[in-house]
Amino acid sequence: MNSNPKIYLDYAATTPVDPRVINAMLPYFDQVYGNPSSVHTYGQEAEAALEKARETVAGILNCQPREVIFTSCGSESDNLALRGAAFAGRQQRGANHILTCQVEHHAVTHTAQQLADLHGFKLEYLPVDAYGMVQPDEIANHLRPDTALVSVMYANNEIGTINPISAIAAVCRAQGVPFHTDAVQGAAYLNADLQALNVDLMAIGAHKFYGPKGVGALYIRAGMSMIPTLTGGGQEFGLRAGTINIPYIVGLAEALELVQTELVERTARLIPMRDRIIGQVLEEIPNARLTGHPTQRLPNHASFVFDGVDGNALLMILDVEGFACSSGSACKTGNPEPSEVLTSIGLPPQWALGSLRVTLGQSTTAEDIQAFLQILPNAVMRARRL
Amino acid sequence: MADSLNKLSTIEHKEDHNMPRVVIAMSGGVDSSVAAALLVKQGYEVIGMMLRLWSEPGIEGTNRCCTPDAMAQARRVAAQLGIPFYAVDAQQVFRDQVVDYFIEGYTQGVTPNPCLRCNRHIRWGFLLDRARSLGARYLATGHYARLQQDLSSGIQLLRAQDEDKDQSYVLYVLSQEQLTHTLFPLGDYTKSQVRQLAHELSLPVAERADSQDLCFLGGGDYRTFLARSAPQVISPGPILDHNGCMLGKHQGLAFFTIGQRKGLGIAAPQPLYVINKDFQKNALIVGEKQLLGKSDLDVAEVNWIAGEPPKPPLRALVKIRYRAAPMWATINLLGKHGAHIIFDQPLPDITPGQAAVFYDGEICLGGGIIL
Repeated sequence: MNSNPKIYLDYAATTPVDPRVINAMLPYFDQVYGNPSSVHTYGQEAEAALEKARETVAGILNCQPREVIFTSCGSESDNLALRGAAFAGRQQRGANHILTCQVEHHAVTHTAQQLADLHGFKLEYLPVDAYGMVQPDEIANHLRPDTALVSVMYANNEIGTINPISAIAAVCRAQGVPFHTDAVQGAAYLNADLQALNVDLMAIGAHKFYGPKGVGALYIRAGMSMIPTLTGGGQEFGLRAGTINIPYIVGLAEALELVQTELVERTARLIPMRDRIIGQVLEEIPNARLTGHPTQRLPNHASFVFDGVDGNALLMILDVEGFACSSGSACKTGNPEPSEVLTSIGLPPQWALGSLRVTLGQSTTAEDIQAFLQILPNAVMRARRL
Repeated sequence: MADSLNKLSTIEHKEDHNMPRVVIAMSGGVDSSVAAALLVKQGYEVIGMMLRLWSEPGIEGTNRCCTPDAMAQARRVAAQLGIPFYAVDAQQVFRDQVVDYFIEGYTQGVTPNPCLRCNRHIRWGFLLDRARSLGARYLATGHYARLQQDLSSGIQLLRAQDEDKDQSYVLYVLSQEQLTHTLFPLGDYTKSQVRQLAHELSLPVAERADSQDLCFLGGGDYRTFLARSAPQVISPGPILDHNGCMLGKHQGLAFFTIGQRKGLGIAAPQPLYVINKDFQKNALIVGEKQLLGKSDLDVAEVNWIAGEPPKPPLRALVKIRYRAAPMWATINLLGKHGAHIIFDQPLPDITPGQAAVFYDGEICLGGGIIL
């Protein structure tokens, strides 16, 4: 096998589980294993753990425990937000219009598209600027009396741009239109104070912030009407049926608490490394562009496009050299469709097909960045020759 | 089958990080999977790659070489062998270099062999370039053929140990430069040994039926594909006997191959075969079997494995199809890239567009496209 070092630079795809999180989860596999819906003390212990986790999450997000619903992942949270609010809006006030943008994660765009295709909702995409950012003014221009929901992501997974969420939320709030934000990518690094953000719905997924895969949460502001999409038992206030996944929920709560408590130091440590990558790539590699906003971007996120480069070939070359990166949108089957995010911000295909996303995290060191920057120009050159 | 295992156990598994890097073209099938396993055992630093090839959108589904199942299979094999695996998109280049060539060939009335084209331009072009960009010294495939270093003529391409599985016919197109960067790990094994190895190594491979169909047709008929892709091939004309008597009508010369018997749509006392295609008259010439023989042919685009033609006079065994028996012939060079081949006995099924491949015993000397 390969003798090269293995350096992980794809923390936006997923993160390792923090050992403290694993420890917090362990008792709930074989010791406190009851079903929280059971009457007996086993069930009561499990229920106590569930509600404690809910309180922890609510404490971090500055909301009421009753406003936190646990799900199986960020995508499920987005699905519940869109479908739940769209169907409730139609039922209660005949709302029929969904407003989102093309740079959203597929969990949002594909769900919105299905609501349009199969359920007759009118789907409209908001314009984004060259950084993939949504301007609050644009929301005001596009809102309609029958708008059921607006959905704009907190931070973009592919290009790292952070949206002015509280300003967008204020526009929606003034018009009385529910506003959802997909905060799956942002939760590890951004202010998650819901009173400040003022959103109605917010989706997170634990594995993006050193928690386990397979668990997420959705904040639903008290008073929001929602129609459940996963029906069955009355778990999660009747909004999400299915036996409660106690160990993973405990893991999510622990991970969120750790990541939000340590946010300032982690951010301060990562920004210089991120900016070193951005600066050096733009300086040393010809025909390279930064994608996303230069400053309003995730502290661990550097993303580029290279003219005339086969992005998939570049990823392989880097992987063989020992560096695990991404093109921005995971595609293992080698299908060379340019990403909708990159075409939406106006990049022509010969640039959009040559994308590279480098995302840093807990274990990333200055030496890793040094080593990476040492081999990258040559790797881009080799990928360009193909 | 102890034999195959002995062979394997004599290969030491070296933990040597200086062993060259090899990219193995994987298909999820037993041959390329075992080839990958052998390379790992031999201590190479192995990387698996699979090409996504083109198939007609919406009609044939996925190219037979790279269905989602095949790709999942190849991934599982790679995971079991502990090697990285990458899927590489080659749809556009395959469409341009192979499918267009196929359509073009039929449009001009020949029966092209797209596999030759794929080997030269896709596997030993596009894929080899990607392998080299990863720092690999070799591209390996699961073909049944052997390579041998010869002091005077460079690398020789030899027939496989398993006569029945030998694939040197589709490899004659390779140059010395390409062969320098090539490994055929299965050349010394028989198919049954390879199956046995797959079993012994518990490789998760499912046996797929060998198929003669072209991969991008997905099991469909090439005639309907042609009619969709190049409607100009539908060009009805007469079917004539060798005296010029009209026996019927055909829908287009492209739909027929020399030697073809079925599908003529003519009732005759004796079975009739396609003897010739007369492009001037757009006529299909048919006749009885004894009219079919031809004892010479011309080839173009000749590739000599050694880089140079051998010194004349050249006597060689010549194969005119993948599955044809090798026949004795005399080869006369015509310019740099052509040759005139005279067989000792007439052959019934010389097909323009297919390759004539020349052998000296087990050595594949080269070949060319039949005109």
